[in-house]
Parts: sequence; structure tokens; C-alpha cells
Amino acid sequence: MPVLKTDTLPIRTDGDVVLVRQAVRNLAVELKFGLVDQTKIVTAASELARNTLDYGGGGSVRLEVIEDGLKRGLRLTFEDTGPGIADIQQAMKDGFTSGKGMGLGLGGAKRLTHEFSIHSEVGVGTRVMVTRWK
Amino acid sequence: MDHIPILQMGRFLLVSIQVDMHDRQAMTLQDDLTDRIAKTGARGVLIDISALELVDSFIGRIIGTIAAMARVLDAETVVVGMRPAVAITLVELGMELPGIRTALNVERGMTLLTVATGETGREAADAGVED
Ligand SMILES: Nc1ncnc2c1ncn2[C@@H]1O[C@H](COP(=O)(O)OP(=O)(O)OP(=O)(O)O)[C@@H](O)[C@H]1O
Ligand SMILES: [Mg+2]
Repeated sequence: MPVLKTDTLPIRTDGDVVLVRQAVRNLAVELKFGLVDQTKIVTAASELARNTLDYGGGGSVRLEVIEDGLKRGLRLTFEDTGPGIADIQQAMKDGFTSGKGMGLGLGGAKRLTHEFSIHSEVGVGTRVMVTRWK
Repeated sequence: MDHIPILQMGRFLLVSIQVDMHDRQAMTLQDDLTDRIAKTGARGVLIDISALELVDSFIGRIIGTIAAMARVLDAETVVVGMRPAVAITLVELGMELPGIRTALNVERGMTLLTVATGETGREAADAGVED
């Protein structure tokens, strides 16, 4: 799938999480996403960036503008080298949290995007990839 | 770190969130507000989020905690000005804001607080002056 544009941002502080939200918003605007679609992808990005920071011990996100035939989309790949997730099914469940969150981040990010994949290995790290098409 | 300003109007506290808050800033607002409610004996808290382009699970949780703390301190909370795109996204995220009163704008929010608490946001109430 052709990648038209790519950028990688660090996620080391809660200030970085704000910068990730802004960068995703800018790309969504550039792609002429409607206001609701912009809000959805930015909210998903905020959830995943915070997970990367809080549970993954920090990491990065790759932002890509991709093209599939006539449609364009925004693909976000969050990666960390943290503790990983032992039971992904449990982690995906709404309401499950190992911290003091609401347990809505992963399930919410899945609902707010068109494609969602998660890959995690205990002791190695976690990678979450989401795409929202225009 | 910048604190989000809290204004006092009579026995109500007003907060207008004008920036994309990072997490620590949101937690500080929660602490600041709780402090101010306790110190001033405020009966109502109005949080204006009309400038917010997003409410995620973290901000949602902070708003819920503020409302719960306020309730314990005998104050009502009303959240005003949520953008439609934000509201739609919150539902899909799976976040309801249970027990939180909402209003379209500041004016309606003030009316709601006045009715709910029997107080007014006027300074006169502050000085204890009766009509
Ligand atoms: N990058 C990650 N590394 C390790 N564990 C993770 C990671 N992301 C999520 N998890 C685990 O999955 C759980 C569920 O994550 P999710 O984002 O759904 O909820 P939460 O972060 O606990 O709460 P919320 O997002 O509602 O504030 C987390 O509590 C954590 O245990
Ligand atoms: Mg989360």
C-alpha cells in the first residue's frame, strides 16, 4: 500500500501526548476529514499514546498517510519496548484496567477506527496499529 | 506548569478550559477545584469545555472525579458547551459521564445551578446580603 507521507514522534512525557494529538489533528485536517472523523482519530490516538506512556514506559508513534486505490487514510503505529500484555483478550475488554483507568482505551480506539491490530509479547513490548479511512 | 484559572461568582466556581491540557495539568485542576470548593463553601461548579476539541477517557475520568468530590462537599457540578463531535466520540469511546449534569452553554448552566442549589452566582450572595 503506497505511503504518501510519514513521520515519527516520541512519546516520553505527557507533553508528548499533547503533541501527538496535535500532529494527528493536523494530518486529519490535511486529509480533509470531517470534524467528527477528526475527533475520532485524535481521541483514539490520545488513548493509545497514553497507554504507550503509562504502561509501555514510553515509546513512539509513526504517523502515515496511506492510499488504497481511490481512498486515503491515516495509519498510526504505536510502539514500545515495555512489559507487554500477557492476556490481550482481557486487556481489550471494556472496563479492564491494571491501573486506575476506566479500561476504555483499547476497546475505544478499536471502535473509533476502521482497522485495529495489536501485537504484544511479554518482556518485549507492544505494538498497536490503527487506520481510519477518509 | 500553568494552572487553569478558577473564577468565583458568588457561591459558584467557574472554570473555562481553554487549552489542550496535558494529564498533569488536568490532575492539578482537579486538586485546585476541590481545594477551592472546600475553602469557599461554593455550592456550584460550572465547567466550560466549549473550547475542548476532545475529551478522552482520562479527561472524562477527571471530570467525573471533580463532580464526585464536589458532591461530597455539597456542591453541584454542571459541564457546559460540549461540542457535538466530542459528544459523538465520547459515546463511541464507551464513556458516559454518569451523574454529570450538562447544559448547552454557560447561561443555561448557570440557570441549572441556580435551580439546583437555590443560590445565585451574584456577588450579593457572597456578602450575605438579603433582598
Ligand atoms: N502499551 C501497553 N503495554 C503494556 N500494557 C498495556 C499497554 N496498553 C494497554 N495495556 C494494558 O491493557 C489494559 C487496558 O488498557 P486500556 O487502555 O483499555 O485501559 P486503561 O488504560 O487501563 O484505562 P483508560 O484507557 O480507560 O484510562 C491496561 O490497564 C494495561 O494493563
Ligand atoms: Mg488506556
